Amino acid sequence: MIRRLWTAFIGVLALTVLAQLAIETHPHFAIERLFAFHALYGFLACAALILVARALGLLLKRKDDYYDD
Amino acid sequence: MIEHPGLWLIAGAALLAPARGKVRAALALALPLAALALAWRLEEGVQWRAGFLGMEVVPFAVDRLSRLFAVVFALMAVAGALFGLGQERRLELPAAFLYAGSAIGVALAGDLVTVFVFWEAMAIGSTLVLWSAATPAAYRASLRYLMVHLAGGMLLFAGVAGHVLATGSTAFHAMPLESAWQGLILAAFLLNAAAWPASAWLPDAYPEASWSGMVFLSAFTTKTAVYVLLRGFPGAELLIVVGLAMVFYGIIYALLENDMRRILAYSIVNQVGFMITGIGIGTEMALNGAAAHAFTHILYKALLLMSAGSVLLMAGKRKCTDLGGLYRSMPLTAACGIVGALAISSFPLTSGFVSKSMISQAAGDGHLFAVWMLLAAASAGVFLHAGIKFPWFVFFQKDSGLRPPEPPWNMRAAMLLVAALCIGLGIWYEPLYRLLPYATDFAPYTGAHVVAQLQLLLFSGLAFFAMLGWLRRTLTITLDADWLYRRLAPAALRRLEPPLARALAAMEASAARVSRRLAAAVRRVHGPQGVVARTWPARAMGLGVMGMLLALLLSYYSA
Repeated sequence: MIRRLWTAFIGVLALTVLAQLAIETHPHFAIERLFAFHALYGFLACAALILVARALGLLLKRKDDYYDD
Repeated sequence: MIEHPGLWLIAGAALLAPARGKVRAALALALPLAALALAWRLEEGVQWRAGFLGMEVVPFAVDRLSRLFAVVFALMAVAGALFGLGQERRLELPAAFLYAGSAIGVALAGDLVTVFVFWEAMAIGSTLVLWSAATPAAYRASLRYLMVHLAGGMLLFAGVAGHVLATGSTAFHAMPLESAWQGLILAAFLLNAAAWPASAWLPDAYPEASWSGMVFLSAFTTKTAVYVLLRGFPGAELLIVVGLAMVFYGIIYALLENDMRRILAYSIVNQVGFMITGIGIGTEMALNGAAAHAFTHILYKALLLMSAGSVLLMAGKRKCTDLGGLYRSMPLTAACGIVGALAISSFPLTSGFVSKSMISQAAGDGHLFAVWMLLAAASAGVFLHAGIKFPWFVFFQKDSGLRPPEPPWNMRAAMLLVAALCIGLGIWYEPLYRLLPYATDFAPYTGAHVVAQLQLLLFSGLAFFAMLGWLRRTLTITLDADWLYRRLAPAALRRLEPPLARALAAMEASAARVSRRLAAAVRRVHGPQGVVARTWPARAMGLGVMGMLLALLLSYYSA
């Protein structure tokens, strides 16, 4: 079940990337001309956010009864 | 007959408070519906003008921007009242009407004095909503919340007073940041917007409200702040930086959070960040985008919080570590939560897509490359922290074994109503665009927009599931700026207390010593045996007078 969901998900991902070939784009910036830019950027941005959150968590996480008196 | 939809709701709160049973339910729905009708039919222009303490005030003025906010605030009062009909705490709904009515009052205020009055009324209404949760945690949170907002009120009062004295006008329109007075006004507005670094009051207070209370709380305070920033400080570049800081703050804190409603609280800060960035960009497209995003955000955030509130009421749990698998017994609540999650992520065919893409478009049109890149990264991050995280940990992930039933009919109806609006506005967006402050022919559904957004969001989803191990929930909170007044300041006071007490005791002792000596001296002179109080015989007086006469005589001779 899980495996099939993953396969379907990856299929959809591939479709969104391929769809780029079929449409007309009006890029504001040169970087948008890179193939699958938004896909790559979305993935990398999220990976970076998760890493930053994890690093910040090491510093700022406390038990959730921290403020209970 | 009151034509002002805000005052109508506030007067309605007084009517609703004593009502019981069916009358109460009828009033609870009819009053905000009437306010919505009034807001919809508002005509542009100055409605009321008056003199107050020698100033000219305009308590009721309408333009496209104020009408947009009045309409969505009234709409939210309708949906919230329907959702909260079964709330046992009878204070909550009247308090929410006072709160919503005051928010409309700010939106329809033509001068800064009126803004201030409704601003304070809003702080009181929202504190009462928090209070009516009636738990010790909510009570403590409501006091912290009230302190923050009263401090903000003082900033606003000082700023408005100085601004009115300096310019001689109470009128509320775009003002340049040229003196400290405008700075104070801006600071007060930003505090209510939960702008970083003063964001912590929001995730501290709102999640302590009742299951229905947070639906109201999420809608009014921050969005009223967005409205006053739109009117007062469009194009202030500082707001771009503040907005982007809020966007990323919201994502990162929400990623670390375990409480489902605190996740949603952080994501309010995140979404308001998008609006504030738009206000900072300041072009017509950006301001339209910020206003439209406030409108759609109020609805999809309410939907998310209704879904979370239903879970809280029916399952009695709020932590992701306790939840999971609820889609089995609450499929409708899960589906509505997913619609809200897709809308907040700006998925195509939802309301968030038609509003947020205007802000990105404005950044692109202005060739603000860094802003545009950061907004795109943040859009992906929204899907990560709210779009997938909320539904996944609450309704799916592991099976928690909980099988709560769906909530009562009125809560289901409210969720369906708002979900329909979230999808409807995503498809038929023209009516919303016609309400915006500036005329626009923006076309959200171009192939390029849709494909770019789908790539951003779906690959964000890939990152979520690929890195799921790193997102595992723990029984933790994350420290924020509220630590300063919840831990540091009390600790500092405790540390300072013994030396302060010693100093005070020493001062008291020396004061006592001084006064004892003084008393003794007074007693010596004026006491029963004192020089002054002694009885002197009459001959001593005669002797004294003679001595004086003799001295006078002698002085004449010698002269």
